[in-house]
Amino acid sequence: MAAEELKTGPLEYRTQEGQMGIMGFWIFLGAEVVLFATLFATYAVLYGRTADAPVPGELFEPGIVLIMTFLLLTSSFTCGLAIHEMRRGSVKGLTIWMSITLALGLGFLGFEIYEFVHYAHLGATMQSSAFWSAFFTLAGTHGLHVTLGIGWAILLLIQIRKRGLTNVTSRKFFIISLYWHFLDVIWIFIFTSVYLIGMVL
Amino acid sequence: MHITDILVTGEPIIYGAMVSMVLVGIALLFLLTYFKKWGWLWREWLTTVDHKKIGVMYILSALLMLFRGGVDAMMMRVQLAFPDLGFLNSQHYNEIFTTHGTIMIIFMAMPFLIGLMNIIVPLQIGARDFAFPYLNALSFWSFFFGMALFNISFVIGGAPDAGWTSYTPLSGAAMSPGPGQNFYLMGLQLSGIGTLATGINLMVTILKMRAPGMKLFHMPIFTWSTLVTSFIIVFAFPILTVALALLTLDRIFGSQFFTLTGEGMPMMWANLFWMWGHPEVYIVILPAFGIFSEVIATFAKKRLFGYNVMVWSMIVIALLSFLVWVHHFFTMGAGAFVNSIFSISTMLIAVPTGVKIFNWLATLYKSKIEFTVPMMWSLAFIPSFILGGVTGVMLGMAAADYQFHNSYFLIAHFHYVLIAGTVFACFAGLTFWYPKMFGHKMNERIGKWAFWLFFFGFHVCFFPQYFLGLDGMPRRLFITNVAEWLPLNVISTVGAFGMGLGFMVFVYNVYYSFRYSERETTGDSWNGNGRTLEWATTTPVPYYNFATVPYVDEIDPYLRMKEEGKTTYEESELKPIHMPSYTAQPILFMALLGLASFGLVFEWMYVAIFGLIGGVIMMIVRSFDYDDGYYVPVDEIKRTEKKARGL
Amino acid sequence: MKAKHLRNRWLGLLPLSLIIFLSGCGQLEMTILDPKGPVSQMQYDLIVYAFWFMIGIIVVVFALFAYMLIKYRENRPGRKDKDYDPNLHGNTMIEIVWTVIPFIIVALLSIPTVTTNYALEKPPEPEAGEEVKEPLVIHATTADWKWFFSYPEQDIETVNYLHIPTDRPIEFRLTSADSMSALWIPALGGQKYNMAGMRTKLYLQADEEGIYDGRNSNFNGEGFAAQTFKVHAEGEDEFNAWVEEVSSEAPELTRERYNELLKPGLTDKETFSSTHLEYLQHHTNEDMGYVVEQYRDLFKEKLHLYEIEKQETWK
Repeated sequence: MAAEELKTGPLEYRTQEGQMGIMGFWIFLGAEVVLFATLFATYAVLYGRTADAPVPGELFEPGIVLIMTFLLLTSSFTCGLAIHEMRRGSVKGLTIWMSITLALGLGFLGFEIYEFVHYAHLGATMQSSAFWSAFFTLAGTHGLHVTLGIGWAILLLIQIRKRGLTNVTSRKFFIISLYWHFLDVIWIFIFTSVYLIGMVL
Repeated sequence: MHITDILVTGEPIIYGAMVSMVLVGIALLFLLTYFKKWGWLWREWLTTVDHKKIGVMYILSALLMLFRGGVDAMMMRVQLAFPDLGFLNSQHYNEIFTTHGTIMIIFMAMPFLIGLMNIIVPLQIGARDFAFPYLNALSFWSFFFGMALFNISFVIGGAPDAGWTSYTPLSGAAMSPGPGQNFYLMGLQLSGIGTLATGINLMVTILKMRAPGMKLFHMPIFTWSTLVTSFIIVFAFPILTVALALLTLDRIFGSQFFTLTGEGMPMMWANLFWMWGHPEVYIVILPAFGIFSEVIATFAKKRLFGYNVMVWSMIVIALLSFLVWVHHFFTMGAGAFVNSIFSISTMLIAVPTGVKIFNWLATLYKSKIEFTVPMMWSLAFIPSFILGGVTGVMLGMAAADYQFHNSYFLIAHFHYVLIAGTVFACFAGLTFWYPKMFGHKMNERIGKWAFWLFFFGFHVCFFPQYFLGLDGMPRRLFITNVAEWLPLNVISTVGAFGMGLGFMVFVYNVYYSFRYSERETTGDSWNGNGRTLEWATTTPVPYYNFATVPYVDEIDPYLRMKEEGKTTYEESELKPIHMPSYTAQPILFMALLGLASFGLVFEWMYVAIFGLIGGVIMMIVRSFDYDDGYYVPVDEIKRTEKKARGL
Repeated sequence: MKAKHLRNRWLGLLPLSLIIFLSGCGQLEMTILDPKGPVSQMQYDLIVYAFWFMIGIIVVVFALFAYMLIKYRENRPGRKDKDYDPNLHGNTMIEIVWTVIPFIIVALLSIPTVTTNYALEKPPEPEAGEEVKEPLVIHATTADWKWFFSYPEQDIETVNYLHIPTDRPIEFRLTSADSMSALWIPALGGQKYNMAGMRTKLYLQADEEGIYDGRNSNFNGEGFAAQTFKVHAEGEDEFNAWVEEVSSEAPELTRERYNELLKPGLTDKETFSSTHLEYLQHHTNEDMGYVVEQYRDLFKEKLHLYEIEKQETWK
């Protein structure tokens, strides 16, 4: 609750509220790691229990997954650039790079939705077997996080237009950048342990 | 579903409960209107972000749940002592033991302790509120609506009946159709969000908002136990969130995680549940250890023995708590190797726990023990908990567990640790900090009556159950249908009523003390024996807690402050204090999510979607909310402090 | 003041009440403490071994506790100044001692635990001088809320009762047709789960002839209390005669009859001269969902099983 404001250092770290918010979010990400770890473990346990539904090797396509990976990795990079611009004090740079990040995120989501619908047409849905339940839940939870992140970032873009760079807005952007990088890391794990292994085995 | 279909019909006991709920509800509405208290209720309580008020609301809810869970327990005991009476049928009994277990763990023990943490932890570390006061209010309301949702199940839709562990496939859609099990899933999910948020909130509060100079190893032991507990919450609760979500998907959206069809794996539920569930046990016991440590040091008038060891043993217990979950199902046939590993890890927990017991005993060595009510609860904990602890070690031996598992031996064991540990601690902590919360102590004489009734009731109730277990009586059995088991069950029921009586005397004491107890004039309520910063504030505690925050560089800082004549009101150091504004957002937000959960319970998707959209709107509102509180001017601080200190 | 004295006296009585209880319960002859076979004997030995350690711990802690309370209560007559040392807060030596001792106790408990864990996964060894007998295989399958015991070698099946020969290991192969349950015959040994889609193995053996109680010990819904059975342990000749009789007189278990029996609900004892194993393998992925798919609607009905009270176990 301290009202003192530091005069140096990144804007988002200058108040105690800013520091606490960022720390709280790091801890929240720790909880998110456990959440995804549990989903990964569930997926691993149910691996191969496809019942009458198709096996993953028949459905997973390298092309589309590579595009999704490329989109999300690039968006993580542009998100980093957005924060770099923020640290330089450029609202314009921040807005531009953040918008590009969101566009890439939307692209990722579009492909993911296409992918899910495609699988459903081929007979693999949430209901068809334990394996596919686990697959859709794991990938879907990640997709849901991306969706929430996009909605959240849009709100922040509106706020920065109205308020400019302050302790509070910069903290909010810094936190969403943490969130976005985190989603990227999770995706790398999904890409390797779900798609690559699913295609090989 | 028509509205008349969702009310539970055909059970006279449930009709009685409905009628009494309606009557109590009407009485409350009438009283609030008659005394024109609606505005007060809304402004002072429902929209509050003050950690002390939120804590009080937690504790009140927890006491209410202790009553509900206790009534469930009494009904079970009556049924088991008088099986010929036909008091409960199998289905009704199954619902009651399910709600009893769930309520006592999730809606009684945890909120009670979280309530005490809410009130005491900021005071102990010299903070003016939580790190995130808004989030704290949100946590409380998520718990509150989760609790409300779970509790209405027995009148609307039917209560869950698959045990508090809710093992699949029994709890899946195929074998437990209808809303009952959904109430369990949604009630726990909603309140679980709040618990996770509280864990994060407490961690940041403790790590970032300590008084100047206070290092981690200067913190009071209850704050330490809270910090360790918060770590467990943050790393265990996401597992429960996932487990509940998966089972919800199974039941409502037809996925196949835990089903017998589609190659699902029902045994995975037991694993996920206990990967959360065992750490959960320590979430409710570590804060209890913290409370006992505070109380024993205070009334032994002596520094806690082996402070560092106490802290490290809690950390070790917390780590081990994640490595023992398999001992809840040794009998699943994982093989001798797995069982052996988990046997040893389970028994290892006895080492740090044993060290703690010896430390408490050593704290009593060369002390001056004063037998106040909180001290009596704390002292009674030691021998009682030992009986639960040693039988826990016996249960941890996998080969022997084949005989103990699912029997009354197990029931006796976990009631011994949870009641002698957690419940005794709740009573000890509440009586101990009661003057801080309400400005007067609880009556000691009546408090002792409550203690002795509860203490003897407890032992008479649960000690015989060890022997029922050794005689092969399984848990969750709705009828005592072997004649040899009857006598011990009757004894046990007598004890249960002793505990019930003790609880009633306790509640009466709340009323009696409110009417007749002397009002506190100093902040250091227990004859000036307070050792930590919460006693340095005035009573009642001003809403900003500390006018000036003292510099702390040792354990038990208030002792030195008293010696040196320092207070938390150093007029020369006064500065305006920044405080958060009250807000109605948390209660509205969580009411909407509660509505969404209610919709999901009955699979009324429109209601669910409406509630969820409402929740999203509340998040947007919050995002655009730039109200960053207000400043308490120095003049007002002076006025408040002078009045409270009688200057 | 009065309450304090009362307290000390009562606390002294706690261990005493324990002893009274133990002697009182000795007359009750608690099943687990009266083993009737080598498996329950092993578990009994382990329990008793651990029990002595636990009594030791309890005695030490209770004694220390009583000493502290009596000696250091604030207004004990004759308290001296040296009885109070508010700053005493640690003693490395004694702390090491009371950390090491629990470690030693855990180690001493771990060794027999681990060896017994392994011993339980094998058929019990015959006593010295006796010949090694091949275990008798019995498939124990549960369905809500009844027991099927299939003897593949003898090609017979019983419902809700069990015959076993004495002095010969029994290898139970446990599985379930629907909810999770557990086979528990406390007099002969501990339990293991029956799970659909899984098969667990449990070795038991009876040394004494007699009729023992067996039950499902894992809660599985409304009929849980009624899911019990009697175990008839008899000499080998008697057992063979019983098998003979069943194979020649009992009807075959037809698929229709078995389907009928699988419906959720209670049934009486039945005997058949063939097993269900030829129709359904509930422990396989293919058949684990069979009952749920067949009888999905029946699981919705609440049975309100008042007749459970009239079971035979009630004396």
